[in-house]
Parts: sequence; C-alpha cells; structure tokens
Amino acid sequence: MQQRGTGQAQAPAANQAPAADQDGSAAIDVAHLVKVYKTTRAVDDISFRIARGSITGLLGGNGAGKTTSIAMIMGLVLPTSGSVTVLGAKIPEQRYDVLGRMNFESPYVDMPMRLTVRQNLTIFGRLYAVKHLRERIEQLAADLDLKEFLDRSNGKLSAGQKTRVALAKALINEPDLLLLDEPTASLDPDTADWVRQHLETYRKTHNATILLASHNMLEVERLCDRVIIMKRGKIEDDDSPEGIMARYNRDTLEEVFLDVARGRLREGAPEGTP
Amino acid sequence: MSEMVSHQPRGISLQRINAMVLRYWYLLMSSWPRLLELVYWPALQIITWGFLQNYISQASGFFAKAGGTLIGAVILWDILFRGQLGFSISFLEEMWARNLGNLMMSPLKPIEFLLSLMIMSLIRLAIGVIPMTLLALFFFGFNFYAIGLPLIAFFCNLIFTSWSVGVFASGLVLRNGLGAESIVWTLMFAVMPLACIYYPVEVLPVWLQYVAWTLPPTYVFEGMRSLLIDHAFRADLMAWALVINAILFVASFAVFLALLQSAKRNGSLLGGGE
Repeated sequence: MQQRGTGQAQAPAANQAPAADQDGSAAIDVAHLVKVYKTTRAVDDISFRIARGSITGLLGGNGAGKTTSIAMIMGLVLPTSGSVTVLGAKIPEQRYDVLGRMNFESPYVDMPMRLTVRQNLTIFGRLYAVKHLRERIEQLAADLDLKEFLDRSNGKLSAGQKTRVALAKALINEPDLLLLDEPTASLDPDTADWVRQHLETYRKTHNATILLASHNMLEVERLCDRVIIMKRGKIEDDDSPEGIMARYNRDTLEEVFLDVARGRLREGAPEGTP
Repeated sequence: MSEMVSHQPRGISLQRINAMVLRYWYLLMSSWPRLLELVYWPALQIITWGFLQNYISQASGFFAKAGGTLIGAVILWDILFRGQLGFSISFLEEMWARNLGNLMMSPLKPIEFLLSLMIMSLIRLAIGVIPMTLLALFFFGFNFYAIGLPLIAFFCNLIFTSWSVGVFASGLVLRNGLGAESIVWTLMFAVMPLACIYYPVEVLPVWLQYVAWTLPPTYVFEGMRSLLIDHAFRADLMAWALVINAILFVASFAVFLALLQSAKRNGSLLGGGE
C-alpha cells in the first residue's frame, strides 16, 4: 500500500496490501480528490492507489463519501479538484478509452424492467461490443444460474435474481476493473454468499481488479485484500483487514467500523488521531 | 483488454446506436399501451379536425377553395409535436427505468445516444402518423402524399425542429431530474401560437411577426398554405427554415452537452429523481 497525503494522521500499516503492479501501474490512482456540493465537502482530499488484480473494500457509514468517490472514479461525477487515473487513462478526459474495460453495479441504477433478461444482456453486450454474444450470454446464464428466467422480464424477478442479472450485466464484457456499490445489499445470506463466491472466482480467473463499497463487514473481511475506511469524506484508515483489526485491537471489522463511526481512539494512536 | 470485447471504434459506433434502437424497439413491442398511445391521439386529432374542416368548408367559400389546409396543418403539427415526443419519451424511459447510470458507464457516447433517440423518434412517428394520413384520406378525402416532393422539405424541417427541442428538453431533465419532466410535454406548445399553424403570419401584430419568423415551423406552415391555396411551392421559405434549423440544432446539442457537464458537477446522473 502506498499512502498519500490524506490530511489524516495515519499509524503505520502492519500488513500493507500492494497498491501497484511491479511495473508501477495501478488500476486506480486517486490523488487529492475533492468534491464539494455547494457547501458540503462530500469527499475531502483523498488519495489512494489500487493494485491490479486486487479486491479493495471502501467502508464507511452513510454520507461517508463512498458512492461519490466511486462515481468520480467512473467519471459520472466531476471532482472539484484532484485527479483520477483508471487503467492508465485520465478520468474524465480519457474515460472513453477505458470504459469498455470497466463495468459497474450499483443500487442507484436498475436494468429496464419490461425487457427480458436475455434482451437486457443482448443490449449491454452490444454496447460493450462483446464478441460471440450469444455464447457469452449462455455462459453467464450457466455461471450465474440465470437459465431458468433468461426469457422472463426483469421486473418479474425477485431481488436476488435481479442482483444476479445486474452482476451478469457487470461481467458481460469481462471487465478488467469492476466497481461495485453495495453488491449484496438486500440479499438473503445464501444469495449474498453465492455472489461473493462468484466475485472471488472472477477475480482469480481474470486477474481483475475489484473496488467495492459496502456496509457488510463480513463481506469485506472475506473478500478484500485491502480496506479503505472513509468518514465524513476523508480516509480514516487504509490497510489490509488483518492490519486494521490488529491496530484497533479488535477481532472483527464490524467492531473497527463502530470504533471509527463513534470516534473512539485507536490503541496506541497519538491523541487527536481518530 | 479482454479478448471477449471487439476493438471499439474511436468515432461514432453504429453498433452502439443499433443496440439502443433495439432497446427501445424491445420496449415498444413488449407494451401494447405504449403502441396504442402512439396511434390514439393522432387518430383522435385527425377525426376532430377533419369534421371541423368539413363543416367550415360547407359554410365558407374560402375554405372550400383551400381544401385540406386544416387537416394538412394538423398532420404537420403532429409531425412536429410527435417527433419531439418520440425523441423525449425514449429519453424519459431511461430516467423512469433508472437505467441512465448503466448507459453513462457504458462506452455509449452522448452523440450516439442522441442519434438513437432521433431514429426512435422517426420510428414512433411512422407508427403514429401513417395511420393518421390514411384516416385523412379515407374519411375526409385529403391525400397528404399528394403534396409530393415539397412534403419532404416540410417533413425534414419539422423533424429537425422537433429534435432540437427534444435534445434541449432532455438536457433539462438530465440536469434537473424528473421534476423537470413536464417541460418535455409542454415545451412545444410554447411554439404553437407563434408558428402560425392554423393562420397566416399576417394575423400576428407586426412586432410578433419578427419573433414568428425566427421559428422554422412558421416557414413550413406558411409554405403549406402557399402550396394548398396558391398551388405554389416556396423553396425560399424552406431554405430559410433549413438555415435556422441548422443553427438551432447545433445550439441545442451544445446546450445538452453543457447540461450534461452540469449534471456531472451536480452529481445528479446517478439519482435522476425529483
């Protein structure tokens, strides 16, 4: 992990995750990113680099700035200042050079409800210029267990089925970079576990980079090589899950999360450090 | 990049435009109320105005001589109005479906998105207006297609205006969310009194005539009356309309891009609500 000036005093990380490939190119490079909405600083001078092939969790309570940060990485929100580089392309200036290699899933968007799953995947497959699209859809349907309702309209699916379809859309182009905002929100534990398993497999088989924002600490603990904790737009901590838990002297990330959310001091951290 | 994805052209991609047209086609074909709505209002309009024209022409020698000016005006107005609605409703479908974020994160470029909306406006227009012209022919003996080649000039000018208004209205909704939806339905009616659809420009006060002549539809409706009453095709009027349309079209596209940038600064692309 390479820590940049975040405006936060940070204790040294015990178990640092890699931020960049050996050749030095990170999948995501965020430097001094700021987003101000009128008088609110939604994101306040954050910097981090995310290594290719890693899974990084962005943790934080409501209003911590996770979604805004991801939206700026995607180029859907323009930063007030700072820079974002994704897969070597400057965002937003060069985003069309890399959009075909990225994909995302978010609870803030839906797939068209009246269209069938197959129709939706066909359209997004064409938008992403996927070769052998029919075969790709069949493969995704098999991988994500969609076959049974491939020709059913999206609006008639259960929440779990919809999430699997959204995941299929996010994987249709076999992205090098996958941005996920609450990928298992509102799913039952079984489906959520199933989704996590699939993401893990996808990362391993494709050496893909995954950045996920989540409230689910177990999910982050299980999936992520690295955790970035945000609070009020700033990076509060940045390390491997084990490193963070060790530093806070806690057994779970959930306990760490509560410590951070309630402003409790870390063990051994200097006074004034959150 | 993944081998699954074809090389993506740097310019405009016909494949992506085609994908979007397919998306709206699937939607239209999956919903009979949407199809019915396309035919319902134009049919109602032509029947109402057709009977009115029949009644007036019995009482007035002028209208007997200028047969079809009312029906012709109704059909041309519908091309203008339905052309804009056809464009804007397809855009609104994305807002209603909360699908805009998915599209904005895909390699689809704004120009490709707008081009697909224009194609859909033509398709929707054909579904609504062709039955309307057939009703005019069989019920009221008005052969719209007998206008001949000038019809192409009328049609092109009206459809360009409808697209300009559609692009502008869509930009407003993109920037301000669905709270601005009513603009889509009402904006064209602001043009109605000044475009002199049912009466000649001379009816307006002199100062208002200057304003009316800044609107391309005014030239078209004047041209239609000249053709139906005096049997003279005014190519000069069509040329002027085309020049103003070109300016309007470029301006509306520039405004759309500016509003898109503003939406990205404002962070409204992922929300799209009220």
